[in-house]
Amino acid sequence: MLPNRTKRIRSTKRQILVVDDEEINRQLLGFMLESDYQILYAENGKEALQLITENQDSLSLILLDLMMPVMDGYEVLQTIQKDRNLRRIPVIVLTSEKSAEVKSLQMGAADFIPKPYDMPEVIRARVHRSIELAEDSSLIHATEDDPLTGLAHKDFFLEYCHQRDQFDTSPMDALVLNVNRFHLANEIHGRAFGDKILLVIAGQIAALLNQTGGLACRSGADSFYLYLPHRDDYNDLLCQFSEALEKETGTGAISLRMGVYPYVDRALDMEQRFDRANLACAPLRTQHISQVSVYDMKTHEKEVYAEKLLEDIDTALSDGQFQVYYQPKYDIRQDKPKLCSAEALVRWFHPVYGMISPGFFIPLFEENGLIHKLDLFVWNATAAQLRIWKEEYRTCVPISVNVSRIDLLTPGFEENLLSIVRNNALQPEDLLLEITESAYTEHIDQILETIHRLRNHGFRIEMDDFGSGYSSLNVLSSFPVDALKLDMKFVRTIDTNEKAYGMLKIMMSIAAFLEVPVIAEGVETEKQLSLLRDARCDIVQGYYFSKPVPADSFTTLLGASGRKEKTS
Amino acid sequence: MTLEALKQWGANVEEGMKRCLNNEGFYLSLVGRILPDDRLARLEGALNEKDFTKAFELAHALKGMYGNLSLTPLYAPISEMTELLRAKTDMDYTALLERAKEQFKKLCEL
Repeated sequence: MLPNRTKRIRSTKRQILVVDDEEINRQLLGFMLESDYQILYAENGKEALQLITENQDSLSLILLDLMMPVMDGYEVLQTIQKDRNLRRIPVIVLTSEKSAEVKSLQMGAADFIPKPYDMPEVIRARVHRSIELAEDSSLIHATEDDPLTGLAHKDFFLEYCHQRDQFDTSPMDALVLNVNRFHLANEIHGRAFGDKILLVIAGQIAALLNQTGGLACRSGADSFYLYLPHRDDYNDLLCQFSEALEKETGTGAISLRMGVYPYVDRALDMEQRFDRANLACAPLRTQHISQVSVYDMKTHEKEVYAEKLLEDIDTALSDGQFQVYYQPKYDIRQDKPKLCSAEALVRWFHPVYGMISPGFFIPLFEENGLIHKLDLFVWNATAAQLRIWKEEYRTCVPISVNVSRIDLLTPGFEENLLSIVRNNALQPEDLLLEITESAYTEHIDQILETIHRLRNHGFRIEMDDFGSGYSSLNVLSSFPVDALKLDMKFVRTIDTNEKAYGMLKIMMSIAAFLEVPVIAEGVETEKQLSLLRDARCDIVQGYYFSKPVPADSFTTLLGASGRKEKTS
Repeated sequence: MTLEALKQWGANVEEGMKRCLNNEGFYLSLVGRILPDDRLARLEGALNEKDFTKAFELAHALKGMYGNLSLTPLYAPISEMTELLRAKTDMDYTALLERAKEQFKKLCEL
């Protein structure tokens, strides 16, 4: 394979240096090789070194006699081996002694040719073979190593790690080391500065490998992979790296992040092990200080699970895996609590995972906007159910549905909502819109405008999770809301924590000031109910009255409206 | 000098010729270069002075040269001397040296 390839690369004859003090020997070798190679001659080591230095880029091989006046072959060999650039030139030693053969091979010679010389075809073959091996290995080295840092490329590194595992079964850690905001360092200080950062890190890594063993590579622009014998703590190491960076670059502004997957599972393939280190590392991306993060199996499983759920949402919607449940709200302003509304809550009955907690999948869908699909589904299902209650049972209470922040910013949102109402022969006031407090934090103008328009259409707005988010008291007065819904965390502790109860009373005053009713969620005990009553809370919702129930159960509750229903 | 004469004298002409890619002219010209070489005489001088280091260097050089041209009658005694001198053996080298000198003389007369 190689001769063809090298022939393609080089059309001219390769250059060989013959070093021998004996003219007849020089001439003999020259005569054997001159048809295939361009030959340079030297009579002693000193002359040879001068020619080698002058022709270091073009020399393909050195044929070196050992015993020579002025400077012997060993000294030449030694000098070549010490020089990083000359070392790549293969040396074949010419010798008549067995002991010299071993010594010269140990000193870095590629091969030896015994004296008296072998037959020309043997010598030619050995010369050819040595050149081929050297060129092959330099080609491999050129692709194997990252030219900037001298560390291996990722593919070679992963293969070396794999090979290491074959003969060493001691516990290993997979590490990822990254430079925080490296692109910015490049942009602000220039590429040379970025390169310097990488070189300092590579230097530290190389020194580390010398001490501890293990392998490393540059796996991306500012990313390094390390495969190291296990150690319990990497903070010292990262600290050492950071200090070196500060010393060498003159700035403490460069920070590193390190993800560690300790005690690698050898059942995983090599790349998966580094994926785990990457998973641990990723959340540190925006940090301004150097930090280590260790891979956590639970976090990982959660992420995998989340990813699967995200993939499943469309199927779940079309297969009817989502169902809307209704949690009643009771008006407690009279002695006898009266069913006055309900909140539509979605439930997911997954064919594999069973019932999935909305506390898990709702934030997940909110994160990437998929929540809009789910909200649409709930609005439609709730409106259709309202129509049934209205038309078949002649009884109805308004039902609140959740409206996510992303819904408010989605084009056509109002029209969608209005057409849902129209298509089910409802009025806008039949659907209460629960908008979470945190929806008001960004794009405030656009959101407030949308809410104003919704109210003009006749929809009523309940501010959900009030007290948990970011509402600022000075802008609260301008928020167009028709009810405040207290975050259930407040309610949970009012019977055990006086301060929480005090806060609740303050929020009641705010609601009174805004002249809107207050709805308390998460009411679970009689004591909580009584405290809420005392604080003049208007409406309550929670397990004390009823958990969220399917539509048909809610139908029963509607029939029994006005009675206090207690469900365990 | 002819190949036949060299063969008669005892050279391994076939081997020497192969190293020269069977180029008779080249082989004979290399052998011809041996004749004016004074290193055999210098070897004798070094041995007389018991300068074994110098003697070894000369013997080693001659050995390589004779060996590569397959001049067996010269190569054999010189090769033996080289190994002895490498070990700095203090002995009487006269017999070996005479053998070499005699063969060298014969070669010159071919």
